[in-house]
Amino acid sequence: MRDVHKSFGAQTILNGISLDVMRGEVICIIGPSGAGKSTLLRCINALVPIDRGSILVAGQEVHDAKLDKLALRRKVGMVFQQYNLFPHRTALENIMMAPIHVLKHDRADVEARAHSLMRKVRLDGKEGFYPGELSGGQQQRVAIARSLAMQPDAMLFDEVTAALDPETVKEVLVTIRDLAEEGMTCVIVTHEMGFAREVADQIYFTDRGVVIEHGPPEEFFTQSRDERTRRFLSQIL
Amino acid sequence: MNGRQGVILVAALLVSAGIGEAKAGPADPSILATIIKWTPLLAQGFALNIAMSFLAMAIGTAFGVALGLGQISVLAPVRASAWSVTQFFRNSPWLVLLFYCMLLLPFEFRIGDSFVSLPGWAKATVGLALPVMANVSELVRGAVQSIPSGQWEACEALAFTRLQTLRMVILPQCVKRMTPPWMNLYAILTVATPLTSVVGVSEAMTLTGDILSSEGRTELLVPMYLYLLLWFFAYCYPIALATVALERRFQVR
Repeated sequence: MRDVHKSFGAQTILNGISLDVMRGEVICIIGPSGAGKSTLLRCINALVPIDRGSILVAGQEVHDAKLDKLALRRKVGMVFQQYNLFPHRTALENIMMAPIHVLKHDRADVEARAHSLMRKVRLDGKEGFYPGELSGGQQQRVAIARSLAMQPDAMLFDEVTAALDPETVKEVLVTIRDLAEEGMTCVIVTHEMGFAREVADQIYFTDRGVVIEHGPPEEFFTQSRDERTRRFLSQIL
Repeated sequence: MNGRQGVILVAALLVSAGIGEAKAGPADPSILATIIKWTPLLAQGFALNIAMSFLAMAIGTAFGVALGLGQISVLAPVRASAWSVTQFFRNSPWLVLLFYCMLLLPFEFRIGDSFVSLPGWAKATVGLALPVMANVSELVRGAVQSIPSGQWEACEALAFTRLQTLRMVILPQCVKRMTPPWMNLYAILTVATPLTSVVGVSEAMTLTGDILSSEGRTELLVPMYLYLLLWFFAYCYPIALATVALERRFQVR
């Protein structure tokens, strides 16, 4: 991702962002609210078009009018702050819909995969529950499983624990950590500093649409060079 | 809500029948007997009211859903024209639309070599279907727009096409939201069917007028129309109750 610019009307959200994510790497993006972190993620899977700059995903230019957006989104999964599960479908159906209808995979295979994903996010037994019957943390884990069912090459997490009760935050973070340890490429926008420190290979600190500073977690948290980073960290830690 | 309104209506009918009785001449048959005598005919007329309401609702819903989907189309011209048609028919008086349909639709039309006649009640049904269509169109648009944008975003991120998103995620959720107002619209349509009496359809209202003029007894006037009212009430009131019950159930979750 190189020199990405994006504004909504007169409001500049991204003002020349550059970052790199290697395959299998886990990147955490932190920074004050309104820094454009969510917009940044949405640019990566072309949910939000960019004004200027370049984003390459697996060698493909995202900002290309000819790009097959659907093909890109099959490769890059996304999990949202508000889970956005489909309330009229059960947990299992939520997971199965996209692989069946988008990837056109065989129903029986998808069902087997969905069951194993439910086990993976430690929700076996809840397959027949509707989202409204699950807690926030459980819903978010279903959302992660739903995204994983598409067998993506990379996952984007947009403040996935921000809407959760403190006691359910952990179960979701554990799920993400498992994924990261399995080698899934992850771009994580989060306010959970301890978590970021634990799982990230690289930490990016953004403010007002630019990357202020980045580095490996230990270095970033103990010897940040920039004044703004230090101020932000001192407020939050 | 309970059945109190119904009880009041029945009581009013009986009281008015009693008052009419007092005014009636000694040789006349009783008011109640007269009402009962005409009930089979009235029931026939009422059946036509119901038939028209069913048909108009079916036609109006089919076209209204299409029009409503047009209103949320990604194509600006489609959106604009669907919007104009919706606004035009939604803001026209039902009676005026009814007159237009009676005047503009032919009394018969040709399919191949055979002529199919279009009776007055059928034309009137089309006339009633038009405002229903416009209202359903607005229901669809409103329901789709009331679905949180996160649902669209999640579908996009899962690589659903727009059509798949609408069909599998958005519209199924809309059906639930739309059902109570849709039932409400049906009740309004049903009580509007007597409008067709103005354009000469032999439905319950027209027949009541016919009955009254053939009896020629002024003391029948009030009880007879109250009786007609009771028919509509008995039909629409349960629908109103069901609508409220559904609304309450959907609100809980």
